[in-house]
Amino acid sequence: MPNIYELANPVRFERLARPAIPWLAGATVILLGAGLYFSLFNSPADYQQSDSVRIMYVHVPAAWMALFTYTFLTMASAIGFVWKHPLADVAAKETAPIGAAFTLLALLTGALWGKPMWGAWWVWDARLTSVLILFFLYLGYIAVWRAFDDKARAARLAAILSFVGFVNIPIIKFSVDWWNSLHQPASVFRKGGPSIDPSMLTPLFLMAIAYTVFFAAALLQSMLNELAARRLTRLEAAETKTGSVLVES
Amino acid sequence: MTKKARRLYLAIGIVVFAAAAVGLTLTALKQSLTYFYMPSDVAALAERPATTIRLGGLVETGSVIYPKADDAAPEITFNVTDGEETIAVSYAGILPDLFREGQGVIVQGRFAPDGSLKADNVLAKHDENYMPKEVADALKEKGVWQQEGPAAQ
Repeated sequence: MPNIYELANPVRFERLARPAIPWLAGATVILLGAGLYFSLFNSPADYQQSDSVRIMYVHVPAAWMALFTYTFLTMASAIGFVWKHPLADVAAKETAPIGAAFTLLALLTGALWGKPMWGAWWVWDARLTSVLILFFLYLGYIAVWRAFDDKARAARLAAILSFVGFVNIPIIKFSVDWWNSLHQPASVFRKGGPSIDPSMLTPLFLMAIAYTVFFAAALLQSMLNELAARRLTRLEAAETKTGSVLVES
Repeated sequence: MTKKARRLYLAIGIVVFAAAAVGLTLTALKQSLTYFYMPSDVAALAERPATTIRLGGLVETGSVIYPKADDAAPEITFNVTDGEETIAVSYAGILPDLFREGQGVIVQGRFAPDGSLKADNVLAKHDENYMPKEVADALKEKGVWQQEGPAAQ
């Protein structure tokens, strides 16, 4: 088992990550296929919502991932910020677009469920509003990284934004308990156990695992891409300095 | 203090400071962050509010009166209750699928002079319970049904 300092070495990281990606991608396809099969065909309709409950299997794991990836992003940012771990900054940077995509998926599927069930696509209650803020935090984080050419400086400022934004995570989680909201309270991670029938938990957890494995695959591939892009930038800078042109395209 | 320790304290400081700032703001905004009021919240006021409000509660069982086909201005009327206080509501418009007696709803509107709420929007609230119809029926048969509303028939 390599220790954390060996993983800090990008070459070492590449050697471990590259062969893992096809396995993770394959597992994503299988898990997502099984999850969607259970969600759409092999699970009961709800006693109140009938078939609209199937939206939940896409929506709820996406919302979990939106919170998980932001927490992961903040932790990676903190490791980069405090210990100057070069790969941690890359991990944080590459997490943001994936997390933003999960957040958008949760917002859109929530709207699709809200219209038939609540009678509204969108309401400004505490849960929905705080998740919309999370989406903007992701976009802001991405924007900070793009605003600076100096990667070290961008990483520092983006990390500070992630620390401030992290306050929103417990607010999202507890918004349905602290304030009267239209959004229902937690069904799975709550005192007294899940209030979802076991037959409906199977598709829910399959989808959650599929999303997590997808996140791992997408993150590793994005990190490899970013490392390659940085190497290219360094090579180009070195060429300009020496005045030699190696590649003309 | 090493540079590393200083950065660590800075990171923790930023989170603590941001949490304090947001916490104070949310406490100050507590009233406006609440999406709806319960009937007893309204009853506790000296007089009925003149502005548009959102009222949340359960549709009182047996209180729903659907409009007749030949009504000039078709309106549905029902009572919203929280177990303590009850407020009469009238509404002309499309109801969400989950609307039924015993269901949690949020109605938005203004109070009419007679003390009832004239709603211009009705939202159904869904609770945190998910189960197949067979399970809901079995629970009711055994007499251990504990949910707010009756199951769909």
